[in-house]
Amino acid sequence: MKKKLVIIGAGMASGRALEHLLSVDPQSWDVTLFNAEPRGNYNRIMLSPVLSGEKTYAEIVTHDDNWYARRNITCRFGESVVRIDRHNKVVHSSKGSAPYDKLLIATGSAPFIIPVAGKDLQGVVTYRDMDDTQAMIDASARSGGKAVVIGGGLLGLEAAAGLRLRGMEVTVIHLMGHLMERQLDPAAGYLLQKDLEARGLRVHCKGATKAILGKDRAEAVLLEDGTVYDADLVCIAVGIRPETRLATDAALDVGRGITVNDQMLTSDPDILAVGECVEHDGQLFGLVAPLYDQARVVANTLTGQEAAFRPVQTATRLKVTGVDLFSAGDFADGPEREDIVFRDPARGVYKRLVIENDRLIGAVMYGDTVDGSWFSGLIRDGTDIAPMRDTLIFGPAYQGETGTDPLAAVAALPSDAEICGCNGICKGAIVTAIEGGDTTLARIRATTTASASCGTCAGLVEQILACTLGDAFQLPAAQPICGCTDLTHEDTRRLIKARILTSMPAVMQELGWKTSCGCHICRPALNFYLLADWPLDYTDDPQSRFVNERNHANIQKDGTYSVVPRMWGGMTNPRELRAIADAADKYAIPAVKVTGGQRIDLLGVRKEDLPNVWADLNAAGLVSGHAYSKGLRTVKTCVGTDFCRFGTQDSTGLGIRLEKRLWGSWTPHKVKLAVSGCPRNCAEATCKDIGIVCVDSGFEIGVGGAAGMDLKEVERLAKVATEAEAIDLTVAFFQLYREHAKYLDRPYKWLAKVGLDWVRAQVVDDPENRAALIERFDLSQSLYQRDPWADRATPKAQAEFAPMADLTQEAAE
Amino acid sequence: MNWLDIGALDDIPRRGARVVKTAHGCVAIFRTGDDRVFAIDDRCPHKGGPLSEGIVHGHMVTCPLHNRVFALETGLAQGADAGAVTTYPARIEGGRILLDARRLLRGRAA
Repeated sequence: MKKKLVIIGAGMASGRALEHLLSVDPQSWDVTLFNAEPRGNYNRIMLSPVLSGEKTYAEIVTHDDNWYARRNITCRFGESVVRIDRHNKVVHSSKGSAPYDKLLIATGSAPFIIPVAGKDLQGVVTYRDMDDTQAMIDASARSGGKAVVIGGGLLGLEAAAGLRLRGMEVTVIHLMGHLMERQLDPAAGYLLQKDLEARGLRVHCKGATKAILGKDRAEAVLLEDGTVYDADLVCIAVGIRPETRLATDAALDVGRGITVNDQMLTSDPDILAVGECVEHDGQLFGLVAPLYDQARVVANTLTGQEAAFRPVQTATRLKVTGVDLFSAGDFADGPEREDIVFRDPARGVYKRLVIENDRLIGAVMYGDTVDGSWFSGLIRDGTDIAPMRDTLIFGPAYQGETGTDPLAAVAALPSDAEICGCNGICKGAIVTAIEGGDTTLARIRATTTASASCGTCAGLVEQILACTLGDAFQLPAAQPICGCTDLTHEDTRRLIKARILTSMPAVMQELGWKTSCGCHICRPALNFYLLADWPLDYTDDPQSRFVNERNHANIQKDGTYSVVPRMWGGMTNPRELRAIADAADKYAIPAVKVTGGQRIDLLGVRKEDLPNVWADLNAAGLVSGHAYSKGLRTVKTCVGTDFCRFGTQDSTGLGIRLEKRLWGSWTPHKVKLAVSGCPRNCAEATCKDIGIVCVDSGFEIGVGGAAGMDLKEVERLAKVATEAEAIDLTVAFFQLYREHAKYLDRPYKWLAKVGLDWVRAQVVDDPENRAALIERFDLSQSLYQRDPWADRATPKAQAEFAPMADLTQEAAE
Repeated sequence: MNWLDIGALDDIPRRGARVVKTAHGCVAIFRTGDDRVFAIDDRCPHKGGPLSEGIVHGHMVTCPLHNRVFALETGLAQGADAGAVTTYPARIEGGRILLDARRLLRGRAA
C-alpha cells in the first residue's frame, strides 16, 4: 500500500524535494501536488529574464506535464488549499479534498504590500509569479508607458531593469539611502545606481511612498516629500513575508515562518515544510541554495534517512544583464570588524571584504565579481585569513600556485621541507635566518642563498617571512608593467604559462587588465611573451608592435626609415654591394653608412618606397638584417683562420652558422653576438650579449656583456672543445633568455637577476634540459624564421605602405 | 561639410592607421579596436613624429618617436604633456570611411 504524500505549493523547493524523493524511492509514494497558480514547477529565479524578454516562459519550466505524468503525480493546479484538518489528516481545497499520510507545506512567500492609499487600484502589481510577470509584460506593451517600481532591492531592481528593457520609462523609489542596502554597502550601492542610471533608469533614494494616485487605475505615485511620478504601472517590490496562513490556522508552531527543526519537520511529526515559508533556528530563507539543501533533507526525512539542515552563507548576484554585482555574508560595520577595500574608479570596480577575528565574514563586490565564489568559500569555511591578508582582496590567483590557501600550506610545512630547489635550502634554515634578524628577501638571499638563483621560490620565501614575522612583514611594492595592470612582468609571464593564456584578450581578461586593450607599454611586452611561450597557438599582432617592428625598418627623426640588409657574419660580395648601390641610386636614398655591426645602413628611405627597396635587395639575395628588432641583430666576426696569421678557429664560419641559426627570432631585447678568432679579440666579442672567443683548445663562450648604456665585460658561461657544442650552448642560452627574461631586459640585466649559476645549471650542466631548450627554439624558428621583407615585397603590401588616399589634387568647391 | 570617400574601413587594420595626403600635410586616419574612425594631423606637436605609426590603445595613440599620448577624439595631449593636434570629422558609412575635407583641400587658405 502506497503512502499518500500531499504537497501544497509547486515552487522551486517542493519541486526539488519531489525530484530527490522520487529518485531515491520512486515506488512508495502516491503524490498529490496542489498549486494555487494554474501551472506546475518553473524556475522562479528566471522570471527576470522572462520579464526583460531574454527568455520565454517555456524556457524556464522545470517540470512539464510529461514529467508529472510519468511519475503518476496527481496535479491539482489552480486549486488553492484552504484548510488543513490535522485530526483527520485531510487537506481541503476550493474544489475538494485530499487525505495524506505525510503533508509537505511549501506555500512560499507573499509579497509585502505597503499600506498606502491606492494600493488596490488597477495597474498596481507585485512581482512574485508568472501572472505578475505577464501583467507587467502586458503593461509594457503600450508604447511610451511609464512605470514606477517601489523598492530598490534585488527584486525591485530586476523588475525595473526588465521593464526598462521592455521600453518603459522607469523610476525606482527606494526608502533607504542606497539601493539594495541589505546586500550592498553605500559605495557599491552608489556604483549600482550610477550603472542603472546610465541604462536609463531614474532612481529616487530616501523616497517614502505616501499614496498611489488614480481614479480607476494607477496614474501616479506621490511621495512624502511631495514628489509625484506619473505611472501607468506601479510595481510594489518592497519585500516578501513567509506565507503561513494555512499553518497558523492549523495551529502549527509559527514564528515569522512555519517553525521547522533540522529534519524540516513542523510541530506536527506528519507535516513537513520547506522553502520560503519556513523559519529554521530563527532564520528565514529567500535565496535558492539553502532551499535546495532543505529539499534534500525533506526527501531524506520522508524516506527515513538521517539528515539535518544546516544553513550556510549564501551569496547574492543581481540578475540584470551587464551589472556585475556580488554580495555574501555580513558587512555591517562593527567595533571588532575590519575592512579591506579596493577601488578602481575608472573601471567602476569596488570590492570590500569584512573581517572579524581573522575570519572573512562578508564580501561585497561590484564590477568585477569573478572571485565571488572563492570568497564565499572562505566565509562558509571560516578560514583563517590572517596569513594571506595582504593579497586576500586580489583573490585566489594571487595566493601562489598551489591551491586556494598556500600561506596556510607554507605555515604547515615541516622545517626540513626544501624551499629553494636550486640551492637546496630548507624552510628551517630560512626561519633561522629570519629569527636571526634577516627580515627582508634580499637579506635572506644573501645569508642563505635561498632564491638567489632562478628566483622562482622568492614568493615562497616571502610567504615564510610573512608567516614568521606576522604583521611585522611588509611585502615590498612590486613594479607593475604599466598603468593597465598591477601585475609585474615576472608575474605576468608566470601566469601566462601557468594558466595557459594564449591570446592577448585571454591575458587581459583573465589577469584583469584595467584598460580595454592595454597601452603602448604592455602590449608589445605581452605580444612577445605570447609568441615566445606559445609559438604554435599565438598569432603575432603587428598592431601591438613598435613602429620599427611593424614596418621592418628603423624610423628616423624625420619619419623616414633606415634599411639594413643582413650580411652573414659581416661577409659580403660585389653582387650584394652593387644591389645596395643601385637601390641607393634608384630611390634617391640620401645617406649610406657602414654600421658597427659590420653591415651597411641605407638611411632616409620614404615609407612608401620600403617594399620596393626590399624587393630589389631580395632579388640580389639580401634579406632583412633585423636592425630594428628586439631579436637577433648581428654576429660580428673576424676573418679567423681563413686569412689571419693568428687565427685559431674558423671564427667567420662559426659566426655565419650562428647567424643562420638564430636570425628571425624575437627576444626580450635586442641581442648582439660576436665571434673572435683569437684572444686578440678583433670582433670585440667580450662586450656582446653572447661573445665567443676562439682559442687553440676550443671555444670560450661569454654571456651578458654590454657596451651601451652600461659597459660590462661578458662572464664565462663555459668553455667547450667543439664548434657543435659552442652552437648548442649558444642556442640553449638564447632560448632560456627568450623564455624567462622580462621584456626590454638585455641579457646582462636578466643575468643579474637570475644569476649565472642558475643559467649554467640549465644550459651547461643539464644536457637534457639543454636539448629541450634547443628543441623549443627550433620549433619556434620553424614558424618565425622568415624574411619579413620577402613577405612584404608584394603589390598588396606595397599598397598598404602607401597613403590610402591622395587629396592633394582635389580642389575646394 | 564636404564628406569625401577616402577608402574602405577594412583598408585600415584594427588598432591601426593609414594616412591621407592633403595639400596641407598628411592626415592620419585611425581605426580603433571598437571600429570607430578618427582623423587627426599626422604630426606630433612635439617633434613632428608620424602619429599614424603609433600604437593605438583605447581611443588614444602613442607617438612612435617619444611616447607622447594623444586622445584621438579631441587631439589633446594626455598626462603631463601639453599641446594638441588638429582633428577632423570622420565617419563610417556602409563600410566606407568618409572624411570631412573642408579644411584640407587645395585653394582653401590654410
